[in-house]
Amino acid sequence: MASITTEEESKLLIVLPGDQLPESGLMEDSSAAHRLTLGPGLAPMDDDSITAVKAGILKHNAVGNRWWVESNQRRYVAAQGESIIGVVTGKSAEHYKVDIGASQPALLGVLAFEGATKRNKPNHNIGDLLYCRVSMANKDMEAELECMNPTTGKADGFGELKGGFVIKISLGLARRLLDPKNLVLRLLGQHIPFEMAVGTNGKVWVNSANAQHTILICNAIRNSEYLNSAECSAMVKSLVEKM
Amino acid sequence: MRDADPSTNEREFLLAALKDGARIDGRKFYDFRTLRLTFGAEYGAVEVQLGNTRVLAKVSCEVIRPYTDKPTEGFLMFNTELSPMASAAFEVGRQTDEEVLVSRLIEKAMRRSRALDTEGLCIVAGEKVWSIRVDIHFLDHDGNLVDAACIAAITALLHFRRPDVTVVGEDVTIHTLEQRNPVPLSIHHIPICTTFAFFNNGERMVVDPTFLEEQVKEGDMTITLNVHKEVCALSKAGGIPMEIDQILQCTKVAVVKVAEITAQIQAALEADAKNQIARK
Repeated sequence: MASITTEEESKLLIVLPGDQLPESGLMEDSSAAHRLTLGPGLAPMDDDSITAVKAGILKHNAVGNRWWVESNQRRYVAAQGESIIGVVTGKSAEHYKVDIGASQPALLGVLAFEGATKRNKPNHNIGDLLYCRVSMANKDMEAELECMNPTTGKADGFGELKGGFVIKISLGLARRLLDPKNLVLRLLGQHIPFEMAVGTNGKVWVNSANAQHTILICNAIRNSEYLNSAECSAMVKSLVEKM
Repeated sequence: MRDADPSTNEREFLLAALKDGARIDGRKFYDFRTLRLTFGAEYGAVEVQLGNTRVLAKVSCEVIRPYTDKPTEGFLMFNTELSPMASAAFEVGRQTDEEVLVSRLIEKAMRRSRALDTEGLCIVAGEKVWSIRVDIHFLDHDGNLVDAACIAAITALLHFRRPDVTVVGEDVTIHTLEQRNPVPLSIHHIPICTTFAFFNNGERMVVDPTFLEEQVKEGDMTITLNVHKEVCALSKAGGIPMEIDQILQCTKVAVVKVAEITAQIQAALEADAKNQIARK
């Protein structure tokens, strides 16, 4: 078990599972409260020390003294509140069975749509793509989904995704695509009009005017995972010129 | 755990794109994915990457007693196991239909076509022959396991060196690697499989289908040829019926592909041979 010394905040600190974080380094910034918020990838141990449980880059936000590990993986683990793209694999009287890429299929209530009543409910077929929100997830039960905003009851963009194409990417790339300042999407949007839905379960749905453009966008997104900004711009330029 | 069927959106998009003349990954219809060959440190170990499909082949040999009715023939055995590492749809111990098809195709392509000279594996007739065993491990399944496995198997066999043997009367000495340089196997020809998938009611043929294309296809066919334009095997197991001129068209395309791939395999083997000498 290695111990880490955090020297500067701006340095990239890579942690591996089992690495212990020094108590002193973490409490430096908290002038107000002696409170520490641990995000994903960090866990408190019995002896009051903090250990990384995932491999990745240690990140810190001074607001609220938050620490977390930015890791990457391909297999999705359902977490409450996340927006995901699922495929309907089964129908029963009360639920749709939806495959979200986790170890178990998730359940979507038949009435969990905007303005749905017993008399008036949407009819989805096996193979339909749905953009949903995880309403409940824990490791002991199948996750539950809903296709509406829980507070307002409105659809808010959730529901069936028609047409287009969906690709599978890593979870880290999906989170980066949700950033409004994402470079690849901005560059692509300058040349091709398209609409897109990003699921934090590693699925991205893309739809544009013709198939060629959609294929180009999907390939650009897939390729952008390990490229830096300069390489990204070069890749998008070369793809667009080939069009 | 069976792999989930693709969503309706993916299926319809793929078919519509093919009607328009485009493939999902941007390839042309008769293009193979990028083929990468990586040799291991030992003789007979090669990893093939065909796009995202990865297959590892490893050749080993041992001396055993031949069959009594075939005293001068050695053995060539292929062991293909599809493990869950390649895809969640595969389970250890239970053979799926696809697994059976893959292993039978490789046996047909390699063994029945006499790519490897089994008579040359004889040491002492009736008593000692070489038994060559090719283990094929599938590391990643992104479609077209057969072609990748075939390329891996034949490249591994070409790369492999067996220990040198001296026979004086009844006395057989198997030299170790330090005593004498190991000897390559005698391979007559290089069979390469080319798999075609059919779409749009049999009007569209594509080479080297990816996983999604395989899930949506209407039928498929695998042709095994060598550079001398000899057909080693042709397998069309079920699927949509095709016209004879379409089959011939596929064969013409396969001839071109086989020439390209054979040239690439030979270039890779030569480069590796130079590396081996440089390393020593």
